[in-house]
Amino acid sequence: MSLGTFHFVPVLLWTDALIFMLLTVALATVWWIRRHAHLRAPWAAVARRPMAMGAALVLAVFVIIGLLDSLHYRERLDASPPDRPQYSVEVLSVFDALAGRLRTQQEKTYSAPLAMHLYAKEFTERDGATVRDYPRLEYGGAHLKQADEYVPDIVRRVLVGLLQGLASSLLLFGLLAAWQARHRQMRVGSWLSAWETGHLGWPGRTVVIVLALMLMLGAVIARLAAGYHVFGTDKVGQDVLYISLKSIRTGLVIGTLTTLVTLPLAIVLGIAAGYFRGWVDDVIQYVYTVLNSIPGVLLIAAAVLIVQVAIEAHPDLFDTSAARADVRLLALCIIMGVTSWTSLARLLRGESLKLRTLDYVEAARAFGVSHARIISRHIFPNVFHLVLIAIVLDFSGLVLAEAVLSYVGVGVDPAMYSWGNMINGARLELAREPVVWWQLGAAFAFMFTLVLAANLFADGVRDAFDPRLEERQ
Amino acid sequence: MFAYILRRLLYAIPILIGVNLLTFALFFVVNTPDDMARLQLGAKHVTPEAIERWKVEHGYDKPLLLNTRVTGSAQLTDTLFFKRSAAMFAFEFGKGDDGRDIGNEIRTRMGPSLAIALPVFVVGLLVNITFALLMVFFRATYLDVWGVVLCVVLMSISGLFYIIAGQYFIAKLWNLLPISGYTGGIHGLKFILLPVLVSVVAGIGSGSRWYRTIFLEEIGKDYVRTARAKGLSEIRVLFRHVLKNGMIPILTGAVVVLPLLFMGSLITESFFGIPGLGSYTIDAIQAQDFSVVRAMVFLGSFLYIVGLILTDISYSWVDPRVRLQ
Repeated sequence: MSLGTFHFVPVLLWTDALIFMLLTVALATVWWIRRHAHLRAPWAAVARRPMAMGAALVLAVFVIIGLLDSLHYRERLDASPPDRPQYSVEVLSVFDALAGRLRTQQEKTYSAPLAMHLYAKEFTERDGATVRDYPRLEYGGAHLKQADEYVPDIVRRVLVGLLQGLASSLLLFGLLAAWQARHRQMRVGSWLSAWETGHLGWPGRTVVIVLALMLMLGAVIARLAAGYHVFGTDKVGQDVLYISLKSIRTGLVIGTLTTLVTLPLAIVLGIAAGYFRGWVDDVIQYVYTVLNSIPGVLLIAAAVLIVQVAIEAHPDLFDTSAARADVRLLALCIIMGVTSWTSLARLLRGESLKLRTLDYVEAARAFGVSHARIISRHIFPNVFHLVLIAIVLDFSGLVLAEAVLSYVGVGVDPAMYSWGNMINGARLELAREPVVWWQLGAAFAFMFTLVLAANLFADGVRDAFDPRLEERQ
Repeated sequence: MFAYILRRLLYAIPILIGVNLLTFALFFVVNTPDDMARLQLGAKHVTPEAIERWKVEHGYDKPLLLNTRVTGSAQLTDTLFFKRSAAMFAFEFGKGDDGRDIGNEIRTRMGPSLAIALPVFVVGLLVNITFALLMVFFRATYLDVWGVVLCVVLMSISGLFYIIAGQYFIAKLWNLLPISGYTGGIHGLKFILLPVLVSVVAGIGSGSRWYRTIFLEEIGKDYVRTARAKGLSEIRVLFRHVLKNGMIPILTGAVVVLPLLFMGSLITESFFGIPGLGSYTIDAIQAQDFSVVRAMVFLGSFLYIVGLILTDISYSWVDPRVRLQ
């Protein structure tokens, strides 16, 4: 059977490949940690923190959306012959398939959140006369015949959504209680009272409440989105909720892949500088002082301009515009990684300087253990917590930086869905009357939720891993 | 002390040379003048003659490192590297694509940049220290816990949001201050207030949380216990001892950004229409004016290195042991 008989062909963009590689590494790390008690202990401490666990749940939702949005494919054109299939130039993802009508229901131009009418007045024929009025939307609220059905319809949808969310979270909670009680060999009633008083050993109340809130919010939005544009539409009439959800992947890619570039540089150079000292230390310190002294935005801007020139010089390398935007996104991650490894490297250098003088390292050296082995067995495991804290702390900063860089004009490709591009596009519309605020609002709200969750989770991780904090308390 | 400063100054020279070589590599070798010309001319007008003309007009028509068409020392000096890159050590930045002298622009734009950046720095420092001290005073109470949560919330908001919200509510809706613009002198005050206010508020979250950890680290030290044992009140301990000692890492950490204040802030200046170096840079990036970007990279690095030297000096001034190493 040839590939031609399928209705779609999978597309593996560069960032997709890296994301799934990252996912594999992360899962392998989780498996590794689970097997070692001393590595498990700090994570267990993270899991006991209500704030961190609540934040982790929110992050998980973002990650799932991002992963679904990373499974790309191209649909076969209906007109193409089966033996020589042709595929659409539009790259879709599994998330697009799930979003369904959210993607395709395009209006003419701006419309406010949950609106029935377009933002701008138009000339329309009515009763034989031409009147200038706000025309009805093509999809938003199209199921309503009269304007007075609007409020009851919205209220009904919100209530039904709330009930659905509540019912499904109650169901999930019931299943959880039954499973947990069985698992711990106790009665459901006593598990429930342990849950209620917070004596579970993990923040059960927070997890359940956050989960229920998210389910209810999701159900309400899904109910409303079936009939309206929940966050309105943008200049070309595209649903803002869809754009915001699509932007999640961009934010996650920038937050994670950049660190993936940073880590090898920071770990190898930082530990080498601290461990070997001498001329190695001098050279590495020189390199990072030079890189550090160039203002970050300018270095990124210079590099991005150069990448832009290179991409424009070779248009034949990319078969779709998505592939081109993707390469630019990857280039941005690499550039930001290369410019931001210095702070972690400096931290690791300082720590390695301290570690190399400790007795067990000196003993290993006296026994003739090779440098590579000392570093991998004795130095690296002892600085790993610093690396981990840096990963989670950097994430939120990178997500925020994307918006600023897109504003400066050196961010992701203008054709790519990203919160930075949304803000950039909506900024100028603030001068209009009435104000077009929903695009900005949605972008800031999504970005804020992701960054806040990441920050709260990072706090939990840092508190659990930083040995100095424990001494102080 | 003098020998120490001299040593730090000598160390700065190879770093500036490194910055210069790196920018030269980025702007002339990786990305050749031909590429720049193509980008500037746009896809439609690209002919070899047009590229040559553009290069002559903008002074990019020389060889990179070695000019074989002339003799003597001019072989080295009549090159792009010498004229465009090495000349920056003498602060000769040449002309931008708009034909204006970059050095001149920098001199006139430093003032407005500083007019925003300096108040933001000073007021921000005072506000952040006040909040941090408050949280430390109420440490381990709900006030402290929620203060930290509030800090995390504040620092999770995009900086662009603060600016847009500030402009929208304070300037547009309530008409309290002008939305953007700038003039010198006392009348310029009304233009400065909003950007300063917005920037200070945007920095409260990360700033006060950072200072809070510094003060908490200080408060666990032995001398604080001694002070309490002597019977000093908590307020006296906090203000006389903890604040004084906590100021050392805070101020020495602030010294490094002091020279960079001249560079202004890209985003703030561009949103509020301040004719400073930040908006100059952002305009240059958007117009892809490589000579201005290059000049700003060099200037930024130079100021950062000045900041590093000042930091070293202030450290050795506060703690004389540093000098002996």
